[in-house]
Amino acid sequence: MKHIIGLGLAATFAATIVGAEAVKPTQVVFEDGAIAASLSGAAGDAENGAILMNKGSGNCIACHSVDALSDLPFHGEVGPPLDGVADRWSEAELRGIVADAKMMFDGTVMPSFYKTTGFTRLGDAYTGKAHADGEVQPLLTAQDIEDVVAFLVTLKEE
Amino acid sequence: MNLKPWIAAAVIGMAGAAFAQDDSTLSIDGEDFVTETAAPAHLDNLSTIYSGWRFRTPETQALQIDDFDNPAMIFVDQGIDLFNAVDGTEGKSCASCHTGGPEEFAGLHAQMPKVVDGKLVVMEDLINTHRQEVMGAEPWKWSGADMQAMVALIGLQSRGMPMDVVIDGDAAPFWEKGKEIYYTRYGQLELSCSNCHEDNYGNMIRADHLSQGQINGFPTYRLKQAKLISRHNRFRGCIRDTRAETFAEGSDEFKALELYVASRANGLDIETPAVRQ
Ligand code: HEC
Ligand code: HEC
Repeated sequence: MKHIIGLGLAATFAATIVGAEAVKPTQVVFEDGAIAASLSGAAGDAENGAILMNKGSGNCIACHSVDALSDLPFHGEVGPPLDGVADRWSEAELRGIVADAKMMFDGTVMPSFYKTTGFTRLGDAYTGKAHADGEVQPLLTAQDIEDVVAFLVTLKEE
Repeated sequence: MNLKPWIAAAVIGMAGAAFAQDDSTLSIDGEDFVTETAAPAHLDNLSTIYSGWRFRTPETQALQIDDFDNPAMIFVDQGIDLFNAVDGTEGKSCASCHTGGPEEFAGLHAQMPKVVDGKLVVMEDLINTHRQEVMGAEPWKWSGADMQAMVALIGLQSRGMPMDVVIDGDAAPFWEKGKEIYYTRYGQLELSCSNCHEDNYGNMIRADHLSQGQINGFPTYRLKQAKLISRHNRFRGCIRDTRAETFAEGSDEFKALELYVASRANGLDIETPAVRQ
């Protein structure tokens, strides 16, 4: 346990010093499924987070409904509604769930948004072709994760 | 909670059912179809299997209950023309040998894929083998219009018969391989067929109402693409959507998967050619 906390602190420390240096997907430290500090070293932007909930590699509402985003069409039912999610989970827990939900919910169907290894037949985005050699990008960047988390912490029920 | 339009649509006709497939009965030209039945014994995680028709909107469903409205029937007609068309170096058509017409193939679709001489064979293989070896004609492309028109024509001869593929004996190793593929979580989204079609059928995934992913209606006419969609093309699409490298149409992997998926529909009536959104 101790060394995990140590690493976490080191990461925070590094982030504070270098500013924009993000924690790499392979270096993220989970504690009971949660991630203590910002992955990008910066604060999140809830407005951009709301956009990511709908678009691109986030597309969270494919599986979750969110009343706060009811102006957007077609919310999914595969995952639980996210209304009031900030009452149920802390910021650190939400960061852990968005980065790699499998650390919190064993075997969940929710994709891991900040993960780059361990895939079977990894493709090149949605082309159906194999991923070429070279670095694998996570579904969301460190800052994207922070933005989504910043949006999620606003989801309080009264 | 504000009732979103798609929820409202899904709720119509449900009358408090536990899942979101509807209660409608499929009847084509006065003949009733089994769209819901007890799952075959080999299926551990489902107790009841449903045709994909039960998950579609009333508008899409309506297109399948009358052959005059079913847009796939144009392609079936083209299949009849192809059946009678001479092609290849031997100067033959399908009809030269199959003098009883496509009706000769009643019941065949229900048993496909099947193992012949140790090889797993699907309908497209049978068609191309006969084209090449008997007619001396060029093979058709797997998901090409001519191929799928012929698959649909032959499939239609078994419409209303229950799916009944063999999974033991020679077929067992292919079936096992297909099952393994079905439960493998592919791609960057790490999703298996079962994650969507077993764990979440009846749920909405964005704008799509998830069915059990059954193939008793294939080839299906897809309104979005305005043509007949082959089974392997559908498999490709679903695997591609997990951000994975797909398998090729006609590959051994997809043939094995087809056998396994077909076996999950054992007991459902064949609806070929079905209509989908
Ligand atoms: C393919 C489906 C899917 C997608 C896409 C998805 N999730 Fe999830 N999510 C789930 C499921 C299923 C659960 C429930 C966990 C479990 O498996 O028990 C869940 C759980 C959660 C929870 C915990 C909810 C609670 O009330 O306990 C949060 C928060 C969450 N997801 C956020 C997100 C965000 C943010 C995104 C997009 C960046 C996202 N999810 C994308 C399926 C999904
Ligand atoms: C990310 C979710 C997802 C995954 C994973 C997935 N599918 Fe699908 N599939 C869908 C959606 C959405 C549809 C369209 C709605 C429906 O019919 O369920 C669909 C449709 C189908 C259909 C057409 C059913 C019909 O009645 O027309 C078949 C067959 C099918 N899938 C098979 C598979 C197989 C086999 C796999 C695995 C190789 C798979 N799917 C993986 C989402 C998925």
